[in-house]
Amino acid sequence: MKIGVVTFPGSNCDYDCLHAVEETIGGQAIYLWHAEADLQGSDAVFLPGGFSYGDYLRAGAIARVSPIMEEVRAFANAGGPVAGICNGFQILCEAGLLPGGLIRNRSLRFASRSVRLRVEATDSLWMSRYEAGQVLRVPIAHGEGCYVADEATLDELESSARVAFRYMGEASPNGSARNIAGIVNEAGNVLGMMPHPERAVDALLGSTDGVPLFRAVESHLNAGVGR
Amino acid sequence: MSVPSSTADVEVQSRPGDPAITPEAVTEHGLSEDEYQQILQILRREPTWTELGIFSAMWSEHCGYKNSRPLLRQLPTQAPWVLQGPGENAGVIAVGGGLAIAFKIESHNHPSAVEPYQGAATGVGGILRDVFTMGARPIALLNSLRFGDLDGPGGDRVRYLLAGVVKGIGDYGNCVGVPTVGGEVGFDPAYEGNPLVNAMCIGLLKEDELIRGVAAGVGNPIMAVGAKTGRDGIHGATFASAELSEAAEAKRPMVQVGDPFTEKLLLEASLELIRSGHIVGIQDMGAAGLVSSSTEMAARGGTGVDIEISRVPVREPGMTPYEILLSETQERMLVVAHAGREEAVRKILGHWGLDAETIGTVTDTGMYVVRENGVPVAAIPGEPLVNECPTYTREGREAAEVTALREMDVSAIEPRPEEADPAWTLRMLLDSPGIASKQWVYEQYDSTVRTGTVVGPGSDAAVIRLRGTRRAIAATVDCNARYVYLNPRRGGQIAVAEAARNLACSGALPRAVTDNLNFGNPLKPEVYHQMSEALAGIAEACRTLSTPVTGGNVSLYNENPRGAIYPTPTIGMVGIVEDLDHITTSAFKNEGDVVILLGQNTEERGASEYLRVIHGLTAGDAPRVDLDGERALQTALLDAIRAGLIASAHDCAEGGLAVALAESAFGNPDQLWGVNIDLPNSLPPRALLFGEAQGRVVVSCRPDARPAVLEVMDRYAVPAGVLGTVTEQDGWFRVCSAGATIAVPILELAAVYYDAIPRRMDGSPDDVRASLFSEVEHL
Repeated sequence: MKIGVVTFPGSNCDYDCLHAVEETIGGQAIYLWHAEADLQGSDAVFLPGGFSYGDYLRAGAIARVSPIMEEVRAFANAGGPVAGICNGFQILCEAGLLPGGLIRNRSLRFASRSVRLRVEATDSLWMSRYEAGQVLRVPIAHGEGCYVADEATLDELESSARVAFRYMGEASPNGSARNIAGIVNEAGNVLGMMPHPERAVDALLGSTDGVPLFRAVESHLNAGVGR
Repeated sequence: MSVPSSTADVEVQSRPGDPAITPEAVTEHGLSEDEYQQILQILRREPTWTELGIFSAMWSEHCGYKNSRPLLRQLPTQAPWVLQGPGENAGVIAVGGGLAIAFKIESHNHPSAVEPYQGAATGVGGILRDVFTMGARPIALLNSLRFGDLDGPGGDRVRYLLAGVVKGIGDYGNCVGVPTVGGEVGFDPAYEGNPLVNAMCIGLLKEDELIRGVAAGVGNPIMAVGAKTGRDGIHGATFASAELSEAAEAKRPMVQVGDPFTEKLLLEASLELIRSGHIVGIQDMGAAGLVSSSTEMAARGGTGVDIEISRVPVREPGMTPYEILLSETQERMLVVAHAGREEAVRKILGHWGLDAETIGTVTDTGMYVVRENGVPVAAIPGEPLVNECPTYTREGREAAEVTALREMDVSAIEPRPEEADPAWTLRMLLDSPGIASKQWVYEQYDSTVRTGTVVGPGSDAAVIRLRGTRRAIAATVDCNARYVYLNPRRGGQIAVAEAARNLACSGALPRAVTDNLNFGNPLKPEVYHQMSEALAGIAEACRTLSTPVTGGNVSLYNENPRGAIYPTPTIGMVGIVEDLDHITTSAFKNEGDVVILLGQNTEERGASEYLRVIHGLTAGDAPRVDLDGERALQTALLDAIRAGLIASAHDCAEGGLAVALAESAFGNPDQLWGVNIDLPNSLPPRALLFGEAQGRVVVSCRPDARPAVLEVMDRYAVPAGVLGTVTEQDGWFRVCSAGATIAVPILELAAVYYDAIPRRMDGSPDDVRASLFSEVEHL
């Protein structure tokens, strides 16, 4: 099993993502360089957090035209597991692999804290190790994490069980529509989320609630239903 | 016109169009008549305009330490674990297992006063570069901030500065991907118009990867790396070496502009470059840009340099050698490569989308030579330029006003009628921005990236694990400037003692210090007195607590039109946690745990937060300090922690015992604990509850560990007394003594504490929103 973690210029959670993969599922984790249009035989791909291209122009707007993104798109369209975390979620939206977009937090301030998430739909490959309704503790750290989409898209996400995570509590930390923290695509193989599951894999750091996400893709790949 | 060169065979030319060297020009460059005479002696001729600019920068306070160097000599700098002391980009200490940490603190006060967002952002950028040029991967940032009074008449401006500084720090560190794990924020009218922004960085390296900023190897190429040089920040070092005036806003163009994206690329490229073996030395082009980096590297190598200025990549045409040399454009490095490896260096930088250009060579002449298209425009003996900056020992004399304030009998102050209820006083203190939760600030900093942060902002010290080992690093920044103002020597001692106490409370052995000495104008005898006394106090405490100073920063001329800031020698301290199991935080953990006070309650009311908040007074003497007792306390505490006896430990500081107990009770916002405390009736209630006696720590432990804790304290002759117990979650905060009883639901106290800053910042005026809208300039 080989898991690829893409490094764009300005990615800064690639290191954490790589370690989380190694520590949770023991598979081989490799960095993929944005300029090389080659997934090197990865069985699953992570687009990590950070500030690709400085988030200049708009978060994820430049990264989506990076050479490697053509390969990621083809891989995703062929059913390969792809997860975008934080900046990775922004890139997936910009690339059209997920609907909607992420704008500046309503507070206008960067928000870094541990939040409570509720697990929603669990039928996708990324969510199979969670229970619907389960409450998780996962850190967030973003300035542009307010999820927006038109009403029809939001209704469609809800009705097709594609909302993966929701922020709990009265107000989401960033003003996201319907408190959405993470979604999957129609086929369920592409996940985007603002919170950082890769920062929640070690009890020493306060939470292991991110572990099932990594275990889920491992199960999926072991079951041989990957590409 | 050509002037004869006497110091080497280099014939220096004045450039056509250069202004004449007049006494006014010399003064404008911040040089005194005596200093100018010394320059004439060094050169044995009149300097060119370019050379005058070079001397001005190198002999500024910022680069030359002219008013502080003699005082800095008294600081201890050596210990077996110190691998690199002062004089390099950053200090380095061994942490065991072949690992080391590089760390340094630096100020960006003046730029932040006129342009808070960029000023603070570039402060973070500079300190990151100082650390990664040592070959260290930055793993943590901290900062120490001071602002004017949020509630005062200038409150709107203070909110604007606070919002802009915090966003600047956040946007830069967050983008580069280095967690901001801790710090302190203080408020006092003394900082109005002259906020303090001190940023500290810690990096991790293997001992054998340590590299220094040295230009060695005659014939080796000197390369400029990273961003192209522009006209920004010219004379920043000189700007930072004079008082801020009403006209300071006009100096906004002297503030550099940061680009954290380029910094991130430069960070990765530099670490790769250092590990490649292609280079000899590397240094940030920080204050005074190319001039200071190239001259300092040559001075350390005992070599000379010969630079062709026309080869420096520039952003705009028509820049003069003077401008290129003194520009403080950010995100640039100077690299000395091994001869013949230029292509390999370029390849590594190219991978990260960065440029590298050979701009000169290392020579054996000891001369600092700059040419423009082959024509020398500067030729200065390097050694005196770097090392013979004149230093001054000034006259120091305490201001009569400070003496009077210190000698005021503060025990005679009548209580306000509301003080009949000590819970009112406690609420007032918890609502004071200096004590209140700084969550509003630190939630704008990514504190968890790199997945190493075991203890983030909000506890006594931050703790970062070292992946692949059982060890961790603890770090804190500290200074109670009110103490330093009223009693500089004690204040200096306390700053060090408290930083060390914070580390011990976290389970770490305090190891070394980086200091940021923020003072007013040293030419004023009362300011110089503060400097010399505070440094003496810091030196004494560092000796007793075995925490040598491995470097730091001096920031003088911190004044506003009304006078000097409070003397604020910020202490950044790092320590080592031997085993992850020793990591301890300040918040109570379990119902039924026993609360014990280590140290002694003594009657100290002077210089307290209580006096300032309740009576509007900064008066009385700073609390007494017993450095040997402090050492015993910290050793005993660490012993008890390592024996697994301690559930929580919290330093007793601003606001005294009552505030310390409350902070432990609601320190973890997810678990608000009630407490039931009976205080001994040894002191008058106000001094007992809110006095700031030093050398005290509030710990909690399982009931069955209580005898063992007391036994450890007894062994080190540290006074220890049981105060009470932790009760149920969301219970009552009950503190009783003979004269006074506080009984308030903990939820109510927590609400005051956590809401104090948000309620002052949210719904703020438009300019605060404007400063939250600031963006890093896209270049």
